[in-house]
Amino acid sequence: MSKPRTKVMTIDEVVAQLSDGMTIGIGGWGPRRKPMALVRAILRSDLKDLTIVSWGGADVGLLARAGKIKKLVYAFVSLDSIPLEPNFQRARQNGTIPEVVELDEGMFQTGLYAAAQRLPFLPMRAGLGSDVLVNNTWIKTVTSPYADENGDVEELTAVPALTLDVALVHMNRADAHGNATYLGPDPYFDDLFVQAADQAFVTCEQIVDTAGLTVDTAVQRLLISRMAVTGVVETPNGAHFTTCTPDYERDEKFQKAYAVAAGGSDEDWAAFEERFLSGDEAAYQSAVAAFAAEEAAK
Amino acid sequence: MTEFSRAEVCAAAIADAFKDDGEIFASPMGMLPMLGVRLAKLTSNPDLVISDGESLFLGGVPPLFAKADVVEGWIPFRRVFDVVAYGKRHVMMGATQVDKHGNQNISAIGDFAQPKRQLLGSRGAPGNTVNNRTSYWVPKHNTRVFVEQVDIVSGVGPARAKAAGPGASKYNDIHRIVTNLGVFDVKGADDTVRLLSVHPGVTVDEVVENTGFALEIPTDVPVTREPTESELMIIRNVLDPKNLRDREVPPVASTDAGASK
Repeated sequence: MSKPRTKVMTIDEVVAQLSDGMTIGIGGWGPRRKPMALVRAILRSDLKDLTIVSWGGADVGLLARAGKIKKLVYAFVSLDSIPLEPNFQRARQNGTIPEVVELDEGMFQTGLYAAAQRLPFLPMRAGLGSDVLVNNTWIKTVTSPYADENGDVEELTAVPALTLDVALVHMNRADAHGNATYLGPDPYFDDLFVQAADQAFVTCEQIVDTAGLTVDTAVQRLLISRMAVTGVVETPNGAHFTTCTPDYERDEKFQKAYAVAAGGSDEDWAAFEERFLSGDEAAYQSAVAAFAAEEAAK
Repeated sequence: MTEFSRAEVCAAAIADAFKDDGEIFASPMGMLPMLGVRLAKLTSNPDLVISDGESLFLGGVPPLFAKADVVEGWIPFRRVFDVVAYGKRHVMMGATQVDKHGNQNISAIGDFAQPKRQLLGSRGAPGNTVNNRTSYWVPKHNTRVFVEQVDIVSGVGPARAKAAGPGASKYNDIHRIVTNLGVFDVKGADDTVRLLSVHPGVTVDEVVENTGFALEIPTDVPVTREPTESELMIIRNVLDPKNLRDREVPPVASTDAGASK
């Protein structure tokens, strides 16, 4: 029986597909279901001058601290239980991200829709009257060709397509061909990210048979179709320290340690990097396990 | 006379901001707004649609931060954006700065290019304020929050919405600003912030001293109503038995005086 092609690859093979200056969309939302194993792999690489498009959490903080970001497109950057992301704050206050595009969070979705639909823009109200349009003078408005019920002609924000070179997302389960499910409370916008990108890489907690994707799981949870997927990587605990409900919740203790180090002295951050980010993903996961054991013994 | 705390006055004032909304999605950001919205749902407006702040519409009205026993819908972020555009929503957001014209800032303090202090980012404020009813909650009313002009406009006040044209202004509806000192709207002359009431125990002078712009102040300033016995019972025994509210708005010694002048 003929089967669609297999797209299983390694984290390092994904990173080898990336190049300097690329526009990379990172799925998830804030500190929720982020493809952190891939973010960590980018940190280990020589990649530079990236444009990062993200409803941001520690993905943005880490890449900013490492000096990887030339341009950042975001609507917020937050760790939720720690509202302000210290590495992002520091980068902004030191002016180390050369170009910054702050959008309304709904505009961000509209921009991804436009890209996924191969449109140059889509109209919406968000942005009008706010400093989003003042600080981003390249974002234009468009006049409706239709009068409204009062005879007024509305001018609306022409939200530009957020077209991506690459999308990186983390899902709960995927098959070897790129079909993938989310098992948590919210799909976020990972289907839009992959459709807005030329190449999309899906990491997941576990690769299963195609049939296994819908055993005990409603078909509506199949968010991503293999049509839009370039590669699949199994990265258990790969969203750590963000949520990957129901496989695991956010590692709040680790997040706190991250935030303390990020908000501390250069030495504090260097010690955190040395302990957790100096090796490969396996080294990271064992350092995290050791950290958890230490915390549990306290 | 029943004693009540400043936080309880704020909860009732927030509940009042939602009482005439009808059957819409009430989206409180933060603890006191959540308490106020749930109080409204249990008293003045049972038709309100509320969520767990994550992805579920709640059929019941659980205490703060408790899990829902009954679920009546699914509201992941993408559907929140749909409801924003649909308009049947009233959000109460926080505000790091609010200015004379009711513009709000949660983006950054200082110059946007290199801010003195980077905050969250504008989140959904630009979209909320030109699509659905928006209110603000300020737990510490002072001159750092209430400024002549915000550094960055995240939430759009009525004057700026009008200047941007009907696309921005037709659904712009800045309803209430509730603080630990009083209740305000943006219906002063030239779309400026106006004092509607001062909380029991607060003087108009105290409000003026803590506001960094000239407020519109009516000749007779009413006192914000006191929470009722039944509201206090609901707040204390049902919604917030752990008294989290006092952490956000600490008790004020003179609050039980009940008079403002």
